[in-house]
Amino acid sequence: MTTSLTQYFSSTDYLLSLPMLLLTLFALGILLIDLLLPAQWKRINAITALMGLAFSAAAVGKLHWAYHVAQQKGLGFVDTGFMGTLLVDPFALYFFYLFLAGAAIAVLMSMRYLEIEQENHGEFYALLLFSVVGMMCMAAGYDIVLLFIGLELMAISTYVLVGFLRRDKRSNEAALKYLLLGAFSSGIFAYGLSLFYGLTGTTNLGKIAAGLQQIIATRPTDPVVIFALLATTTGLLFKIAAVPFHQWAPDAYEGAPTSITGFMSVAVKAAGWAMLLRIFLFGLYPLRSMYVPLLIFVSIATMTGGNLAAITQTNLKRLLAYSSIAHVGYMLLGLIASDGQTNSTGIMAILIYLLVYTFMNLGAFAVITSLRRRNIIGDEIDDIAGLYFKAPTEAILMLVFLLSLAGIPPLAGFWGKYFIFLSLIQTGHYALASIAVLYAVIGLYYYMRIANAMLIRQPVEAEPVRISPSMTLALTVTAIGTIGIGLFPNFFINAVNWSLGITQGSHHMAALLR
Amino acid sequence: MYNHILSIVLFTPLVGAALLLLVPKENKDAIRWIANIFGFLGFAVSLPLVPWFWAAKERAGFQFVEGAPNNWIPTIGAGYVLGIDGISFLLIMLTTVLGAISILSSWNAIQDRVKEYYIWFLALQTGMLGVFMANDMFLFFVFWEAMLVPMYLLIGIWGGPRKLYAAIKFFLYTLFGSVLMLLGILFLYFHHHTLTGVYTFYLPDLYATAPKIGGHAAIWLFFAFFLGFAIKVPMFPFHTWLPDAHVEAPTAGSVILAGVLLKMGTYGLIRFSLPFFPAVAMTPWVRQFMIVLSLIGIIYGALVSLMQKDMKKLVAYSSVSHLGFCTLGIFALSPLGLSGSVLQQINHGISTGALFLIVGILYERRHTREINEYGGISNVMPLYATITLIMFMSSMGLPLLNGFVGEFTILQGTFMENKVWAAWAVPGVILAAAYLLWLYQRVFFGPVNNPKNEKLLDLSGRELATFVPLIALAFWIGLYPKPFFQILSTPVNNLVATVRPDYPGLNANKPVVATQPAATPQPVTTSLKTQESVIPTEGVSPSGGTCCASVAHTSSPDKQVLRLRARATREVRESQKQAGRSAQDDTVRISAATPTNSANAQLALANAK
Repeated sequence: MTTSLTQYFSSTDYLLSLPMLLLTLFALGILLIDLLLPAQWKRINAITALMGLAFSAAAVGKLHWAYHVAQQKGLGFVDTGFMGTLLVDPFALYFFYLFLAGAAIAVLMSMRYLEIEQENHGEFYALLLFSVVGMMCMAAGYDIVLLFIGLELMAISTYVLVGFLRRDKRSNEAALKYLLLGAFSSGIFAYGLSLFYGLTGTTNLGKIAAGLQQIIATRPTDPVVIFALLATTTGLLFKIAAVPFHQWAPDAYEGAPTSITGFMSVAVKAAGWAMLLRIFLFGLYPLRSMYVPLLIFVSIATMTGGNLAAITQTNLKRLLAYSSIAHVGYMLLGLIASDGQTNSTGIMAILIYLLVYTFMNLGAFAVITSLRRRNIIGDEIDDIAGLYFKAPTEAILMLVFLLSLAGIPPLAGFWGKYFIFLSLIQTGHYALASIAVLYAVIGLYYYMRIANAMLIRQPVEAEPVRISPSMTLALTVTAIGTIGIGLFPNFFINAVNWSLGITQGSHHMAALLR
Repeated sequence: MYNHILSIVLFTPLVGAALLLLVPKENKDAIRWIANIFGFLGFAVSLPLVPWFWAAKERAGFQFVEGAPNNWIPTIGAGYVLGIDGISFLLIMLTTVLGAISILSSWNAIQDRVKEYYIWFLALQTGMLGVFMANDMFLFFVFWEAMLVPMYLLIGIWGGPRKLYAAIKFFLYTLFGSVLMLLGILFLYFHHHTLTGVYTFYLPDLYATAPKIGGHAAIWLFFAFFLGFAIKVPMFPFHTWLPDAHVEAPTAGSVILAGVLLKMGTYGLIRFSLPFFPAVAMTPWVRQFMIVLSLIGIIYGALVSLMQKDMKKLVAYSSVSHLGFCTLGIFALSPLGLSGSVLQQINHGISTGALFLIVGILYERRHTREINEYGGISNVMPLYATITLIMFMSSMGLPLLNGFVGEFTILQGTFMENKVWAAWAVPGVILAAAYLLWLYQRVFFGPVNNPKNEKLLDLSGRELATFVPLIALAFWIGLYPKPFFQILSTPVNNLVATVRPDYPGLNANKPVVATQPAATPQPVTTSLKTQESVIPTEGVSPSGGTCCASVAHTSSPDKQVLRLRARATREVRESQKQAGRSAQDDTVRISAATPTNSANAQLALANAK
């Protein structure tokens, strides 16, 4: 607690929140500029949004550099701000980069798509940036109030984004479902958090952990603790769409604008994970022995539900929605295996998984986005049939993304699964590991269904597929990410280790946990 | 060239694939020419290996080692390390020969999407070669998995009517086996870390620690690996993907599938399963189980072949039978059985590859593979009939041809282990003669009944060219197999010594290290030789440091020594990292060899204590 209590807003606070401040400024700017823009100049909004993301990334880079310099000189880097509510440690910085990359790719994917949908409004980009601000609060929050505010900022922005295609019934329906279920889950989540506040008398995660430690020591099976844990876990599992709290995901994913579906499946999910890890590893660590059995059940159910439901889908977006549910199941295994104290491989696996998932899943959604043409909605498996004959490069890239999602080496997706499996082996969860690898085989089946349609079947309609320059850029970035991380993961593994404070040979997220 | 021969052989096909990307897809003839040139080039660059390896054949351990441990992904300890011994050398040569032949055979057979076809084919070639060369478990696994994709597409795009079903079945089946193997690999990797404190996938290091796993864990692991390899081989009852894949695949795909891909399974059993888990392999019930599966495969495959109406399916099932011989030889676990098995793998690649080409040639002319559509073909296609007869003879194991040597050696090796096993395998040989000769009779003899067959063209020059090398090899192995056995003797004897330290007569059998020429261009072997002279071997331990040298010595070094060894390796690697940043290839090669040296010095020290 370095901030003096007499001062509500210090220069440290300002520096630490700079990435979020910049994004907010640019988002507000977009709202203003949008009013002045004639219809054919709406692309400027997208460019402003990209600039906002770039500035924010520069601010994150500045924080990163300051952290680096402080470490080099052996000085402590002041990473807590706003009276201990904000914690911008390497863990948060890593997620900042991830959110910004995901949002930037989503912006690139949206530019032409929104024109075709004739919904090219500035609010789209403003909401996107606001949701990133919310995500940053979720990753950097060290206080349940800030976490909750971040969650709501992100969630409300995405509710609107999901329903952004006003003329499309599916989009409206999806937004309503998402809103209702999302609000419901937020309520449960908030209730759980409030109970923890009641139990420990603090909103700070570190102090909650200390308080819970004492409670557990005296009353190991306190029903209030158990109830609070259940409510909080339910809320969190809703946000990451784990079975049995996943029903909103396929509908929301199918109805949302395709670029937003991609964005939700990577950035929103990553934010959910950041918050989940913060809460489970920091605040609720003393309850680990209680939530692990719960998570084992949920993760098996998630892998089963996601994979089996994906097999029979004929809508590409629904299929990828179920597949992304299945991926959450794998990631949960990492949290089951590792607690961050004796073993951190699983946590590292989750971070790597989120990173590679950002690239490969956004890549896949980018290809699907480009299937949307004047008169074709383009999200059925029949629409992608014969893509190879219309756009060979895109089809091959899609194949790369699909194989990566299926976890075939040497593509990026393999690394996520690799570290998950490794963590399970290290901690002796052999049965879970076997179940997980078998589900990976099932996963290959439905991904290859898309590949078959794309490469082997003949096209169903003759409408050509055109790729806009911004989409080309999005595809290039995601493809380089998918192949590059796959072949040369060393840098990224090191980055994740850094973000978790894992040094060579230690299994302890030392710098992170306090 | 000498130092990088393996990388050159490995990547030549991939370079060809990359070049093909630049050729416009309408220009089919140019694409065919480039693909064929690179197919042939892939074979040509592997030729220097023959004299070089011949000179090094008696040296134990991996030759032509390239790269260093942990140089690819240092954080997890995966390296780009290549190296070959006699077993992989033969399989690599088989791969390059069959690769060139299959590419040549596709000239007319493939008419649509020609460009992609050759790109995937060349990529497949690199993937397969990588599997045989990798000296790092991780690198091996990457090649093993990555290779599935081109094969899947070759079947799926250019296959027959049920291609989608066959392709996905092939992919899922093999992936199912290999993901369980991945867990096994990760276990070994973690186990190595528990013993030595080092995370590495480097194969020789894992050879040292893997056999120390005992009890149930070892059996589970053995079966995890076994499943991965048995599906690939395929052993009964994991063979059901094979007939589908073969029947639907294009001719060249079948040739490669039968000729090389299946060998990856047997190769895996020899290279990994046996030296990693020698105790499990020698456990009576495990060994018997394997033998029984092999015997069922031999007889079942042959019987099902007899029943087939489709020529290609017949050949496919005959592969199950032949591969049964290979696994029988492996689990006979004697030098004869093992070297017979490897030789039979080569033989199977040659003769079954040729059989698929033969079927493909008829199919190209008539677009049917139904046996009863044919008859009297020898009247219209005499040259074709002659070549077919030779290859049938070779496949059924007629003396003077290659199949005989392999099967005979396997049976001999098995007989010496257990007479009953050998007795059960013999009907396989007889049945092979039955289904092949009967097939030959139905297709080639008699009058030409079907008017469509009256005007079939005999072999063209290009088609003949695809058979010439195979026939030459068949006669060579049949008449003078000695060089092949000489190449195999070192690795096979060392392997048997690893698995069965009490196996009699291995030292007398093998005049290995002593006769080695003093000046070797190979730093790695020098170090292995040093290792040999330094370590006092106990009991009947192998006389050569081997690919599994460290395993062979498991009786002497205990945990502490292993730690020492690992520490020495680590130290050297670190100093190498500092010194070798700007170093040229040679430095890297030498330093790649040094760890063993210094580790051995440490070992010797520990032994002296």
